[in-house]
Amino acid sequence: MRVWNRRQAALVFFALASAVLLAVALCGPLLAGRAAETDFSRKNLPPCLAYPFGTDWLGRDMLARTLAGLSLSIRLGGLTAGVSALAALTLGTAAALWRRADCAVSWLIDLVMGIPHILLVMLIALAWGRGFAGVTAGVALSHWPVLARVIRGEILQLRQAPYFLAAEKLGVSWGQMMRNHLLPHMLPQFFVGLVLLFPHAILHEASITFLGFGLPPEQPAIGMILSESMGYLAAGRWWLALFPGGALVLVVLLFAGVGERLRRLLDPASIHE
Amino acid sequence: MGGWIPWIGKKLLRGTLLLLGVSVVTFTLMTCSPLDPVQANVGQAALGSMSGEQLDRLEAHWGKNTPPVQRYLSWLSDFVRGDMGISLRYRQPVRQVMGQRLANSLWLLAAAWVLSGLLGGALGVIAGACRGRLPDRLIRGICLALSSTPGFWLGLLLVLIFGVWLRVLPVGFSAPIGAESAGITLLQRLRHGILPAAALSLTGAADIALHTREKMADVMESYFIRFALARGASIPAAVLRHGLRNVALPGLTLQFACLGELLGGSVLVEQVFSYPGMGQAAVAAGLGSDLPLLMAITVVSAALVFGGNLTADVLCGLVDPRIRRGGILP
Repeated sequence: MRVWNRRQAALVFFALASAVLLAVALCGPLLAGRAAETDFSRKNLPPCLAYPFGTDWLGRDMLARTLAGLSLSIRLGGLTAGVSALAALTLGTAAALWRRADCAVSWLIDLVMGIPHILLVMLIALAWGRGFAGVTAGVALSHWPVLARVIRGEILQLRQAPYFLAAEKLGVSWGQMMRNHLLPHMLPQFFVGLVLLFPHAILHEASITFLGFGLPPEQPAIGMILSESMGYLAAGRWWLALFPGGALVLVVLLFAGVGERLRRLLDPASIHE
Repeated sequence: MGGWIPWIGKKLLRGTLLLLGVSVVTFTLMTCSPLDPVQANVGQAALGSMSGEQLDRLEAHWGKNTPPVQRYLSWLSDFVRGDMGISLRYRQPVRQVMGQRLANSLWLLAAAWVLSGLLGGALGVIAGACRGRLPDRLIRGICLALSSTPGFWLGLLLVLIFGVWLRVLPVGFSAPIGAESAGITLLQRLRHGILPAAALSLTGAADIALHTREKMADVMESYFIRFALARGASIPAAVLRHGLRNVALPGLTLQFACLGELLGGSVLVEQVFSYPGMGQAAVAAGLGSDLPLLMAITVVSAALVFGGNLTADVLCGLVDPRIRRGGILP
C-alpha cells in the first residue's frame, strides 16, 4: 500500500468527508416521505437488518428519520454559518479599518459573548416567534463574534506588515490594495472560519430544538428526535436516543475534521509539513 | 498598588454598562416576539371561558398596552431597588423563584466547575507531556469527540447507562419523587446530583483539556524544559517543577472564562434531568414568554459571566508579575 504524506492524507480525508456530508445533505429531501411514513405493524422494533436504527412508537423508520434530520441540520448549518460569517466579515473589517466602529463592535462582541450562548439563541429565537425562522435567526445572529475578532486582529496585523506599508507609501489605491494584498490574505482565513462555524451552528441548532424553541415537531430534526426519545428511555428503548445522537456527533466531528484539514492545507505556516 | 482602585472601578463601570445593554437587548427581543404571553400563560380552557372584559383587565394588568420604553424604565427602576417583579409562570416573586433555583443550580455548577477544571487540567497536562505518543492520541481523540457532543445527548447516555441499564442512580430531579422536602437527606441530594454534574463537567473538561494540552506541548518545547531534561531531570519531575507553573496561568484564565459555557450547558443538562435549577427555569420562562423571570435570569447569568472574566483578569495580575508590569494591569 502506498503511504501518503500528510498533505495527501489531509486531502483524501477532506474529499471523503466532504463527499459523505454532501451525500447526507442531499439524501434528506429524498427520504422525507419515508421518514414521515407511519406503520403500526412495525412499531417499537429494536435495531435489526431491515431497520438498522430501529423504529419508533409510530413505526417510523429511525434511519430515514435520522438521515432526514441530519440533512436538515447540515442545510440549516450552511445557511446560518454563511450568514454568521458574512456578519463577522463586515463587522470585523469595519472594526479594523474605522476607529469609531471599533469601539462599537468591541462592545457588541462583549455583549453577545457576555450572555450564555444558549440563552442568547433562545432569546433571539423567541423574538422571531420560534419555529424555522427562530432557529435560523438565533443561530445566525449569535455565532459571529469569535470570527469577527479573528478577522479584526488579522487585518490590524496586516496593516502593520512591511509590504502593506510599502504599498501604502507607493500610493497604491485602496481598491488595488484590497484586491492584491487584503483579499489573498483574508480569504483562506475566512473560509476556514466559515467551515469551523458549521459544527457549532449544528450543535446549537440541535440544542435549541431539543429545548423546544426550534423546529416544529413534525420536522424530523435531530433535536426533536432526541427530545421525544427522552420519554421512552425508561421503557428501555435505547435505540431512539443512541443512534440519532451518535450520528449527529459523527457529522459534527466530520465538519470539525474538514475545517481542521482545510486550515492545515491553506495556512502558509503548516502547508509544507 | 495605588492603581488598583481606578482599574477595578473602570472595569465595574464597563460591566454595569454591559449588564444594562444585556437587559435592553433581552427586553427588546422579548418585546419583538410575536408570541402572546397571555395565551402562553393562561390555559386554553381558561382563555375560552374568560369574557372580553376580563381579558382586557388581565392584559392591562400585565401591561400589554403600556409603551415598551415606559415598561422597560419601570422594570429597571424596580430592578435596581431589588424588586424583580412577579413571574408570570410561577406566580411568585421572581426573587423567590431565582433564590430557590439558583441555590439548586449553584451546587451543580460548582461541582461541575471544580470537576471539569481538575479533570481537564490533569488530562491536558498528561497529554501535553506525552505529546505525539499513545496517551496523547487517546486523550485528544476522546476530548475531541466529547467536545463535539451536545451536553444533552451525553446526559441521555448517562441516564441510559446508569439509570436504566445498571439502575444504580436516579434518572432525574434533585430529590426522590414524592418525598417531603424536609425529609430529603444530603445523601439523596448528592445521588441525584451525580449524573447531571458528570454530564456537565465532561463536556467542560474536554475543552479545558484540549487547551491545556496545547499550552503544555508548547511549554515542553521550551528551552528551560530542554535544559532541565539535559540536566538529568526526569520528565515527571520537569513537568511538576517547571511545566505546571507555566500552564497554571492560562489554565486559571480559562477556568474562569468558561463560566458562560458552563451556564449554557447547565440549561441543557437540567432539562434532560428535570433538575429544578436556573437553566430549567430559563426554558420554562422562555416557552411561557415569562418576561420578568427571563430578564432576571439573563441579567444574573451575564453578571456571573462578567464576574468570572473579571476574577480571571485580577488573578492573572496577582499571579503573574509580567502581566502587571506589562501595563495591562496597574
